[in-house]
Amino acid sequence: MHHFRAPHARRFISVSLMIGVAFIIFGLSFGVLAVSAGASVLQACAMSLLIFTGASQMSAVSVIATGGSAASAFGGAVLLSGRNAVYGLAMAPVLRGGSFPSRLLGAQWVIDETTAVVSAETDPATRRTAFWISGVILYACWNIGTFLGALLGSSINPSDFGLDVAFPVMFTAMVASHLKTKQGRLAAAFGAVAAVALAPFMPIGLPILISAFGMLFGLAPRSEDSTLSADEVAP
Amino acid sequence: MTWTLILSLAASAYFLKLLGSVIIGSWVMPAVLERCLMLIPAALLAGLIAKDTFTVGHQLGIDARAAGLAVAVIATWRKLPFVVIIIAGVGTTALIRLFV
Repeated sequence: MHHFRAPHARRFISVSLMIGVAFIIFGLSFGVLAVSAGASVLQACAMSLLIFTGASQMSAVSVIATGGSAASAFGGAVLLSGRNAVYGLAMAPVLRGGSFPSRLLGAQWVIDETTAVVSAETDPATRRTAFWISGVILYACWNIGTFLGALLGSSINPSDFGLDVAFPVMFTAMVASHLKTKQGRLAAAFGAVAAVALAPFMPIGLPILISAFGMLFGLAPRSEDSTLSADEVAP
Repeated sequence: MTWTLILSLAASAYFLKLLGSVIIGSWVMPAVLERCLMLIPAALLAGLIAKDTFTVGHQLGIDARAAGLAVAVIATWRKLPFVVIIIAGVGTTALIRLFV
């Protein structure tokens, strides 16, 4: 992996390892929950290796654990993973430079966190380095965590240890960089309100896709583009 | 948990990733669309935060997770290292569950 020797590589390795810590923690709790929902260790590991989108995996396992049908587990998880198609569009220029097999492999690593790490960069070569390093490290961490969690089995209750709060905590750290513009803050406010307000009335997982409509604040031209905002003229 | 569910989910999830990144990925998008797409992380991440903190299934509520989130928000605002944010947030929730 020549990306690990690229300029800035060290920065992305450390960022990815920091996120990777959360991935191991949450992968661990996913593994525990999957096994307690009736999956074998092999099945839990197969989910993380083949599906590799945490929210979808968690939602499928929780539906099964609470007695939901395989169809409802499938539907909710696919709805949840729909956003990866949108992330994929943003990541397409990053993957385009590589060979076809590498694009097929890279596609599997198009998730929230790799997209977030890449989105913080502007230079194309740096974005490629960011994608492949975060992809390799996060994929490894997620699967190591899952394997350890599956082995731990149902002997611990994840909520006793606060591991279920690892994801919102992680998302909080990641969303910060997207709140610098007014449009970003409006989109976030809409997303948060939609996710909570619609939760009682919609299938689990669907309100999150409604949250994505917060992107429509982007239809208005960015005020920062034309005039100085109040923040910028203030001393 | 059946292999049918796991494999069909794996195929669907991979197809959705492939759709954006490889199948229709060469499309050059208008500025307004890119602006909208760049807002998705803000909207979605905030939605995920709210969902994972204030809901259990279809039930709304405030519990130990909210305290963990509050600590994480403060830690993020203070620009503390990512690992500190995670440990502080998760630890807060764990301690509250342990002692309350």
